[in-house]
Amino acid sequence: MGIQWYLRHLPCFKLHSLVPYFFPNHISMFIMIKSCFVCFGYICTMVLPVFLDMYHINTTVFCVYVCIFVQYNDIAMLSSAVTVRDALNQALDEELERDERVFLLGEEVAQYDGAYKVSRGLWKKYGDKRIIDTPITEMGFAGIAVGAAMAGLRPICEFMTFNFSMQAIDQVINSAAKTYYMSAGLQPVPIVFRGPNGASAGVAAQHSQCFAAWYGHCPGLKVVSPWSAEDAKGLLKSAIRDDNPVVFLENELMYGVPFEMSEEAQSKDFLLPIGKAKIERQGNHVTLVSHSRMVSLCLDAAAVLAKEGIECEVINMRTIRPLDAEAIETSVMKTNHLITVEGGWPQFGVGAEILARIMEGPAFNFLDAPAVRVTGVDIPMPYAKILEDNSIPQIKDIIFSVKKTLNV
Amino acid sequence: MRKMLTIISNVLRGSASRNGAELVSEKCDLHKLEEGPPLQAVLTREEGLQYYRTMQTIRRMELKADQLYKQKIIRGFCHLYDGQEACAVGIETGINLSDHLITAYRAHGYTLTRGGTVREIMAELTGRRGGIAKGKGGSMHMYTKHFYGGNGIVGAQVPLGAGVALACKYLGNNEICVCLYGDGAANQGQIFETYNMASLWKLPCIFICENNKYGMGTSVERAAASTDYYKRGDFIPGLRLDGMDVLCVREATKFAAEHCRSGKGPILMELQTYRYHGHSMSDPGVSYRTREEIQEVRSKSDPISMLKDRMLSNNMASVEELKEIDVEVRKEIEDAAQFATTDPEPPLDDLCNHIFYNDPPMEVRGTNPWTKLKSVS
Repeated sequence: MGIQWYLRHLPCFKLHSLVPYFFPNHISMFIMIKSCFVCFGYICTMVLPVFLDMYHINTTVFCVYVCIFVQYNDIAMLSSAVTVRDALNQALDEELERDERVFLLGEEVAQYDGAYKVSRGLWKKYGDKRIIDTPITEMGFAGIAVGAAMAGLRPICEFMTFNFSMQAIDQVINSAAKTYYMSAGLQPVPIVFRGPNGASAGVAAQHSQCFAAWYGHCPGLKVVSPWSAEDAKGLLKSAIRDDNPVVFLENELMYGVPFEMSEEAQSKDFLLPIGKAKIERQGNHVTLVSHSRMVSLCLDAAAVLAKEGIECEVINMRTIRPLDAEAIETSVMKTNHLITVEGGWPQFGVGAEILARIMEGPAFNFLDAPAVRVTGVDIPMPYAKILEDNSIPQIKDIIFSVKKTLNV
Repeated sequence: MRKMLTIISNVLRGSASRNGAELVSEKCDLHKLEEGPPLQAVLTREEGLQYYRTMQTIRRMELKADQLYKQKIIRGFCHLYDGQEACAVGIETGINLSDHLITAYRAHGYTLTRGGTVREIMAELTGRRGGIAKGKGGSMHMYTKHFYGGNGIVGAQVPLGAGVALACKYLGNNEICVCLYGDGAANQGQIFETYNMASLWKLPCIFICENNKYGMGTSVERAAASTDYYKRGDFIPGLRLDGMDVLCVREATKFAAEHCRSGKGPILMELQTYRYHGHSMSDPGVSYRTREEIQEVRSKSDPISMLKDRMLSNNMASVEELKEIDVEVRKEIEDAAQFATTDPEPPLDDLCNHIFYNDPPMEVRGTNPWTKLKSVS
């Protein structure tokens, strides 16, 4: 009465010879089981013995695999990996549902499901009134979005990339950012401008510029630059609920990156405050300050440096304007060394501003070495892969800069 | 005896014009329209007096601003509207206060017709705390309810206006947006982008081109390949009319508003008008046009004179009545100017306020690292 008996009496036993074609090894089988587990748990429990027999896995090995599996994946459904794209999509969906006045407009946001699929499914759910495809006329539709915000709606204006926002930058700055001040409080402009910012992969000079410094320069704007899925969701929701113009700088290369999201982060009222940085990794020897995709590189560099006994504190800025100078100062007063890491160009950039603030503030006296910036190379972005790779900071550049700063 | 005769004649005059006069307008030029606004309109006595008063108020207010500017009490930009009064007044009488309006920088007249007071407008020009924008906006940035300025960047107000119209359609409130621009702005690319979207989405937007023949110092012939501004909307129906005739403007606006409210989408109006002053106070206005030209318009087509003549010849008002209005208006302007010159400037505490709406108080960096200024919403 072993597995063989069970096999013979299962209705699907005739099909089991096909299984190895679909699942060439037991790892892929387990992955399938894991996804099935959630929905079809009872089926898996029934057929599991079949597959154990098929791949000649004895019970001991099976138990070991299950333990590794559970440890890695938290099958109990307390958290799950969500990509940045899906987190943004959730945020949009929830805010559209919550407030009738919120609507999304931009190129390809509706019927195409979004140029980068960030707005997938929203047009199907909310229709033409709330999700509006525009012609390729940035200055026009950005102005229309700002006008709609002035008249009481809460538009989300998508730029396919922020490079195209230059066509409309007058509307963002002169019509949106400055109006509340010029009207001495009579006319608020509750609008979000969002889209991918900064370097992508192989898209060359006109499609790779980082606008954090440009928009971060202007009073009247809030400028947000999320890194993780949690950042993306919490900050986008806050941006949409904010009664002021918010420039929301996403990153195309981060869209597909999955992050663990806690249960709290998955709730419909999960908000992250604009203007507060987050310490992603504690450390004592040097402070690395970064935003968006560069945070990943900082964490990777920190992992490598940790092996050599150098503990980096990695700060994820989350917001460019207003800058959380206090968080950076507190960290610098602890580590005595500061390096900023950004993808944008060095001159008059985000790093330049942070360094100036540190000079002017209480943390200056705590520096044991000059604060430095790791930035993109001061050139238009080239196309060839080897050139592009060497135009933006790499992990080795961060490691090199840390060692120079610490004089090791 | 004379007094009695005056009383009797007034009574007779009153009864003759109780129902108002039927006045004939000139035909409008039409583009992609089967028919235009009616050629005949009724002007009641009350309406006539009200239009006269408002136009005269704008006129005197602008002339007073000219005076104050020359005395250096007003500084920076000052774009005066005298000569174009019939546009602002005519448009306002063709729509409701609950409708929306946006224009460019020649905005003092519209600020008034949209509910601002002369006092607030003049105090804003002189940069005082009693100004309509507390002194923080100046000549080009005045706002009232459903009036979105006052916009300094040429042409930028047009997409904004279409956005307001989008909100009207979205909210289903049967309101429309009047979106004004000049002959100079009419060549801006973003305006054509706006025509496209407004037409595609059938936004309830009246685009109005105030053609005063000159974009700053450049005449329309030197700036535009086609000076038929009412046709420049291409697929958008348009009409061109005399912008110096307040009744004509009113009837056309009513017609256009009806077009928008019935869901037909946007419509374009070109108002042919004229400004007596130069582009702004720093432009004498005579290097690109002759004094004779200005004088001719003043004598033959002045909007206030035209209305006055109409009312007098139709026995709708007496010379004395209109003079009385003139005196009242003059007094109102004097009082406002007095206020505008004596009201104190905004307090320095207000410097950093109104950056964000509904936000907790925050710190703003001053001119040096040790100066931290307070900012409240």
